[in-house]
Amino acid sequence: MISTDNGFSAARRLILKGTATVALIGLGGVPFGAIPALAAANDKWPEDAFKQKGEADAIKALYGKTAEPSDKVRLDAPEIAENGAVVPVSVATTLDDVTSISFLVADNPNALAASYQIPPGTLPSVANRLKMAKTSNVTAIVEAGGKLYSATKEVKVTVGGCGG
Amino acid sequence: MASTIRVRATANGDITEVQALIQHPMDSGFVKDAQGQIIPPHFIQQLTFECNGKSVFVADWGAAVSKDPYVKFSFKGGNRGDDLKISWVDNKGASDTTTAKIQ
Repeated sequence: MISTDNGFSAARRLILKGTATVALIGLGGVPFGAIPALAAANDKWPEDAFKQKGEADAIKALYGKTAEPSDKVRLDAPEIAENGAVVPVSVATTLDDVTSISFLVADNPNALAASYQIPPGTLPSVANRLKMAKTSNVTAIVEAGGKLYSATKEVKVTVGGCGG
Repeated sequence: MASTIRVRATANGDITEVQALIQHPMDSGFVKDAQGQIIPPHFIQQLTFECNGKSVFVADWGAAVSKDPYVKFSFKGGNRGDDLKISWVDNKGASDTTTAKIQ
């Protein structure tokens, strides 16, 4: 009798465990369902800065201050880009305490192209590929120690990256 | 479905170099299709990298990042065999996640 009882409660415990797992999975599923709403109002993604048309406005919206040119920011971009849809651009800096790096293309419909957050321990060097509508200045902004430093280079585009 | 994320993370001494290539149209919203209709914007907004549960790199992207985006960066503190988790979410709410071992 006792053993059956034990068996029963063991089974019950298993079932309860199962229910708890299902409940957990159910809860875990909720954030996935909520992602569309989150993405639309993702306060971590700087929507306002990405919507700005001009370069200066985008920098202001993103950082709330202006950048000063620095030779410690090394921007590497081609002189001439044959295909504006894929322009390899990279930046590296010798500055310390870098917290973010951003890329802007002045004459694109929206100047801000990409912004990277650099946590402590990550090296201040990023390479990526950008689209360019036409020949334009490309600017890299490095935020280091709460200050903004920039480097700019003109890239000539022979075929635009916006449908051309 | 195969993952949209291809990643290569190589540890060299103290520094781990990460290269990631993601399959995504990255439509800017400024391009018209053959019928003259504007292709609506569809691009990755945020791409995150975590190593051993710690954020090592976050990319906030606009529509000006090229189709099938590529990014390269390096960080300190990763070891061979550690897990690197990569996730992205786009402006339509779609997302993908993958985990790679540091080589």
